[in-house]
Amino acid sequence: MEDLLEILEELHDDVDYDTCTTLIDDKILDSFDIVTIVAEVNNVFDVQIPAEELVPENFNSAKALYALIERLEDE
Amino acid sequence: MYFTSYQFALFLLILFIAYYLVKKKYQWILLLAGSYIFYAFAGIEYLFYFATTTISTYLISQKIKKVKAKQKEYLKANKAELSRAEKKEYKKVMKSKQWHYLLACLLFNFGILGIVKYTDFMIGNINGILSLFNGEPLSFMNFALPMGISFYTFQSMGYIIDVYRGTCEVEDNILKLGLFISFFPQVIQGPISRFKDLSQTLYQEHDFDLKNISFGLQRVLWGFFKKLVIADRILVAVNTLIGDPATYDGIFVLVGMIYYAIELYADFTGGIDITIGVAQMFGVHLTENFDRPYFSKDIAEYWRRWHITMGTWFKDYIFYPLSVNPRMLKFSNWSRKTFPNGIGKRIPVYVSSFIVWFATGIWHGASWNFIVWGLLNAVVICLSEEFKPFYTWFHSHFHVEGKTYYKIFQIGRTFLLMSSLRILDCYRNVPLSFAMFGSMFTKWNLPELWNGALLNLGLSMLDYIIIIVGVLLMLTVSLIQRKGSVREKIYQKPVAVKFLVYYVLIFAIVLFGAYSIGYDASQFIYNQF
Repeated sequence: MEDLLEILEELHDDVDYDTCTTLIDDKILDSFDIVTIVAEVNNVFDVQIPAEELVPENFNSAKALYALIERLEDE
Repeated sequence: MYFTSYQFALFLLILFIAYYLVKKKYQWILLLAGSYIFYAFAGIEYLFYFATTTISTYLISQKIKKVKAKQKEYLKANKAELSRAEKKEYKKVMKSKQWHYLLACLLFNFGILGIVKYTDFMIGNINGILSLFNGEPLSFMNFALPMGISFYTFQSMGYIIDVYRGTCEVEDNILKLGLFISFFPQVIQGPISRFKDLSQTLYQEHDFDLKNISFGLQRVLWGFFKKLVIADRILVAVNTLIGDPATYDGIFVLVGMIYYAIELYADFTGGIDITIGVAQMFGVHLTENFDRPYFSKDIAEYWRRWHITMGTWFKDYIFYPLSVNPRMLKFSNWSRKTFPNGIGKRIPVYVSSFIVWFATGIWHGASWNFIVWGLLNAVVICLSEEFKPFYTWFHSHFHVEGKTYYKIFQIGRTFLLMSSLRILDCYRNVPLSFAMFGSMFTKWNLPELWNGALLNLGLSMLDYIIIIVGVLLMLTVSLIQRKGSVREKIYQKPVAVKFLVYYVLIFAIVLFGAYSIGYDASQFIYNQF
């Protein structure tokens, strides 16, 4: 989780990722941020997030995104 | 059959009465029949294109569904015997099968779109090259462009991609799928709907809900007001300005930019208001396509609020798959190692952006002006991204963020920037567009504006008054929308007020509609895309 928070904080350091659950809904993360996160996750976790997983539910919070990474690691 | 024709009004009335008279379970069939009749008015031969897209999409969706079902069954039956690696390998093989079906469907349908829309553009470019070597030019094919082909192709291909991704249900009834692809209010200029959204209300049985119908009708009237009273009126001046670039350069280019911004907004949002309103009269909910775009503070925000369904289509089906595919991720890894300090991370995103904006440009039309327009959008968006550290520094030093005057500045800046890019849409000629843009800075003819020139553009003083009142009305409605639905607010008023709104709108359309000053209601701008 720490690695993920580091990736997110590098993009927007003014967001409280522990509590924020509306990263997409409140337009904090845009499409540029999302593809940057996917590339970083691929680099750090060696997990490829497919395009069909790029939906608000998976990116609205750090927790949801981490759950996605764990799910993809298991598959 | 244009939305602005009497034929359409009659067609709508007959369909509407029949819709609420037939048994509810047949309502969707009536909508399908109505949609095909509506489309047949554009040309019976075009129904062939429609049917081809529907049948091919249906067949492939069924094939993909079968592969998915087979995979599920096999994994369930062999759950205990298969190792994790074997399961993974099996899934990979089955995914590859689905991918081949999807690819065939995409190539076939985008192939049709490509041939009818872009063949002559390609021939024109080849002829340009041949002329350099004194070669014999090729003949143009002059394919007739089926009405709304860009819209219904995108909608149906969005559906098949969703089926492949497993993010929507597969429709087993070909006629229901046919209705999704052909639903008449949206077929000519969008919005580009997603199956999982539209299917929620498209096939449902609908009661005669007076509130819903009156809301739909109000929206239709508001759309006609924007189109006939504002867009078609100011169109005369726009055509005069664009049609004579030798006379109307310098400050007139700026005037043309602003007039065209008004025309395009009133025309396109008016058309979408009619579309969504008509659908609502039949109980069908369509996705909103605009969110007060001229209030955007930067270009990226503008594109999230203008033609929303097209933007999300390109984002979900081109930008994301392109940006996250293994090759691009490999390129991304290489880029960040080669170009440190952050730029290496952004380069792959910029590459994807340029490809997407090239596609967006050419989607709008088979000509270089649209391609350059698309690429310039990408340039501005990528530059804005690069300037982000500067903006952050500026905001933290001057404490202007959130201040009303700064917001107005940002809105004005975005409006002028987008209007500048639209010059390419106006003149439809790349060198001329750049020359006209340049003339704003080189030819100082501001005083001509005060010499009555604005009244020589085909608009009288009365026309200007009507346009100004219309624009102020649109602005007021947009401002009220920030605090909720305007129609809901009207609904809560006494009956007399509600009817007054109806009468005023109808009265304004009939009396001030541009058809009353001697010309026909023109086609919607977005029909041609």
